[in-house]
Amino acid sequence: MGEFAIGQGVPRFEDPRLVRGGGRYVDDVALPRMAYGYVLRSPHAHARIRSIDTGKAKAAPGVLAVLTGSDWEAAGWRDLPVPGGMKRRDGSPSYKPRFPALVKDRVRWVGDYVAFVVGETLHQAADAAELIEIDYEPLPAVTATANAAVPGAPLVWDDCPGNVCFARFEGDKTATDAAFARADHIVKHRFVINRVTAATMEPRGAVGDYNVADGRYTLYAVLQRAQGYRAELAQVLGVPESMVRVVAGDVGGSFGMKSAIFNENPLTLLASKLIGRPVKWTGTRSEAFLGDAQGRDNVTDAELALDKDGNFLGLRVKSLVNAGAYLQPGMPAFTGNLGTLAGVYKTPASHVDVTVVFSNTNPMRPYRGNGRPEAAYVIERMVDLAADELGLDPYELRRLNMIPPEAMPFKTSVTFTYDCGEFEKSMDIALKMADVNSFEKRRAAARKRGKLRGIGLSFTIERAAAGGFEGAEIRFDRSGTVTLVSGSHSQGQGHETVFKQLVCDRLGLDPNEVYYLQGDTDQVFFGEGTGGSRSATMAGSAFHLASEKIVVKATQIAAHLLKLEAADINFADGIFSSAKTNQTLTIQEVARAAADPSKLPKDMEAGLVSNAVFDTDTQNFPNGCHICEVEIDEDTGEVEIVDYNVVDDVGTVLNPLLLHGQIDGGIAQGLGQVLMEDIRFDADGQLLTGSFMDYAMPRARNTPAFHVESNPVPTKTNPLGTKGAGEAGCVGAMPAVANALVDALSVLGVKHVEMPATPERIWRSIQEARAG
Amino acid sequence: MSLEETLAIELTVNGERVESTVPVRQHLVDFLRTELGLTGSHIGCEHGICGACSVRVDGAVVRGCLMLAVQADGAEVVTIEGLTDSGEIADLQEMFVERNALQCGYCTPGMLITAAELFDIGLPASRENIREFLSGNFCRCTGYHAIVDAVEATLKQRLSR
Ligand code: FES
Ligand code: FES
Repeated sequence: MGEFAIGQGVPRFEDPRLVRGGGRYVDDVALPRMAYGYVLRSPHAHARIRSIDTGKAKAAPGVLAVLTGSDWEAAGWRDLPVPGGMKRRDGSPSYKPRFPALVKDRVRWVGDYVAFVVGETLHQAADAAELIEIDYEPLPAVTATANAAVPGAPLVWDDCPGNVCFARFEGDKTATDAAFARADHIVKHRFVINRVTAATMEPRGAVGDYNVADGRYTLYAVLQRAQGYRAELAQVLGVPESMVRVVAGDVGGSFGMKSAIFNENPLTLLASKLIGRPVKWTGTRSEAFLGDAQGRDNVTDAELALDKDGNFLGLRVKSLVNAGAYLQPGMPAFTGNLGTLAGVYKTPASHVDVTVVFSNTNPMRPYRGNGRPEAAYVIERMVDLAADELGLDPYELRRLNMIPPEAMPFKTSVTFTYDCGEFEKSMDIALKMADVNSFEKRRAAARKRGKLRGIGLSFTIERAAAGGFEGAEIRFDRSGTVTLVSGSHSQGQGHETVFKQLVCDRLGLDPNEVYYLQGDTDQVFFGEGTGGSRSATMAGSAFHLASEKIVVKATQIAAHLLKLEAADINFADGIFSSAKTNQTLTIQEVARAAADPSKLPKDMEAGLVSNAVFDTDTQNFPNGCHICEVEIDEDTGEVEIVDYNVVDDVGTVLNPLLLHGQIDGGIAQGLGQVLMEDIRFDADGQLLTGSFMDYAMPRARNTPAFHVESNPVPTKTNPLGTKGAGEAGCVGAMPAVANALVDALSVLGVKHVEMPATPERIWRSIQEARAG
Repeated sequence: MSLEETLAIELTVNGERVESTVPVRQHLVDFLRTELGLTGSHIGCEHGICGACSVRVDGAVVRGCLMLAVQADGAEVVTIEGLTDSGEIADLQEMFVERNALQCGYCTPGMLITAAELFDIGLPASRENIREFLSGNFCRCTGYHAIVDAVEATLKQRLSR
């Protein structure tokens, strides 16, 4: 097995640069004569703008431009992208709100975009923004999901009745009703899944640079998918896509949040065009809380029907989902991911009914899992609740209802058809890893120390790489060294390493002679980008195909050079050889020959370059078992995660080192939401959690060691056998941690704890339970 | 004092003498990043919570977002670039790579500088101590496990030398 073979824990090629402080993030971009932009945001959750006076701001020192909604309108640029095509309950089209980069007459959340001030320095721009005089007429606001659709709720959009944007249904209602009618037990629960924010350590930023000489726009940006980003931007600008270049360097985390364009992106370009200089905007942390799209936030009623033996007969789920003030790209996908609700179970009938509502809050976007963790949380909490109600062992209840490997492919009653998976086997490995058999001893020992110890298991499954396509290119230059050009873009996952690993292994290259390029639309021929746990599968497969094309062409060249037939040539470890000669050629020699038409067969194009697009309509289904053990301090309600074990199946493991990183990071975000993270608004819609002083996130002291094992069941849906790994950790963690908390408190009779289970909330539930 | 007022400062950055005239309200980390092009120090929150901006000033780790550039007048400042060049944490940096203790890399310079201080203090190399010591630095990507691994392994390596 080669040094870079699939499955080797190759350290990342990105890292030597990043540990030296050599990352190139968007705020590191400095262009000559660059000016600085500042966004003036709405202080009201909902208000009419009676007037805006920018006179004083324009006259302030160092100010180069002050843009308002009228300037945006005057520019003639279009709205930011708003998804459409969904339907409401009555079949009418989904509501499609207007989404200009700057509002003109109405603000809809605290943080909405009112003006963009450009100055010689950031301080000057920010100072001038304070001089803008705005006459607001505050309006009643609605922020809580449960209140948004209540009759009489303030309307976020006057012509959108009931604040309902769209509704979506999955499954079979008649069959589900029938299943419930013959059930022996029906378990019901309402879950409030709170709102959180991605809080990438790198805030968003952009540098817009309009070149008056050739009329072309360049945007240095943070993103997940350069090509799609450019397409959206070109539409907003109303120019041909070729007149826009988008460049992204290192991105300091995204988790879905940076997936589509934000208002600041076209604003920096418009300002650049108006003042004839590059314009940089860098968000502050406060702005990240006020302006970033946020995630999750729904209220879900679930019902599980069981027969007397514990077989699942039917699942009914009704969910109210908060879209925020504007509908963002990716939000409809959220409802699609509710297929995760089916879990790993045979449940013959399900019905899911989702309503998406507007509110006076930050717009919502995908956040690591985008519907998957929410759904996984609901089904896996329901299984535990059912086990508790029926007096069954939660592991055995899962075992009874799990889809066995021999039933694959299995069409679930919600959305998906799973192709493979060994759920019971993974669970058994996990139960052993976590030493579940001796848990009660640990519980008893903890009790003596004044601690409530609990154990929680989740078995979750989600779709990854939900169809689509991805491009990859391999370019040999005339000296035989190589550039890999990826259509996908990393925000920390380690694309460079995995793709180099794949190509170097297949083509026998030295990674030190391979340059990896991503994120520049002038260089990448085709790309869809990262999101929905798709890159290893999609871009990995594209690089696999591109490598095969290189091998085919290089073999023909080698045959020509060796005066043999292509069929006589073998290729391994970068060397072309044949049983018919003892002469060999390295792939570099072939690449050098490829640059010289005189050395090539007639009619063959010069150059050793290949590009490939991997195209599939088949998704894959990563799954895994998480077992979490917690201890709760009875007096303070403080939670410590004392053990955490995972057995995952993400198909073929390309690089276990990076896989563990993805799983660990996902778990930390999942446990963060269950234990501490919470975006809160007050009754007027003011954001209460607007800084890291108020928004708690896991620190090193809050996270445990993670023990991660794999039970890979490679999928046949792509040439590598991989399944997505980016979201799996987060999906499994939310229910596992929640189940462990409830298990710890169950000795007091507690049945459920809402997220985030802060010490205060847990302390209160302990007190309530004790009071009876 | 006007907000636009500037002051002349003189300091040492990564061993080199630097003279500059800075706005009195400019933060040290902004000065390092924009005036000196030392972009290895990152800004994650500007309110002292995340640790991404950590730099060494006169031997102690400080938040570059909570200190003004003018306060560094006469000081000796070391950033990740200087720490790298001196080779002081080369073993830790290698271990970060080996253990994949970083993903997006945004928190990494701050983590490294903080961990270097942990080495100087000479706390016993327990994972609890490491976790506690690094708890002033946010990382949103790794879940900390690999970071703790890397710091622990480096500490052990150093102690066995
Ligand atoms: S930027 Fe200084 S602590 Fe976060
Ligand atoms: S590696 Fe991304 S924040 Fe730590």
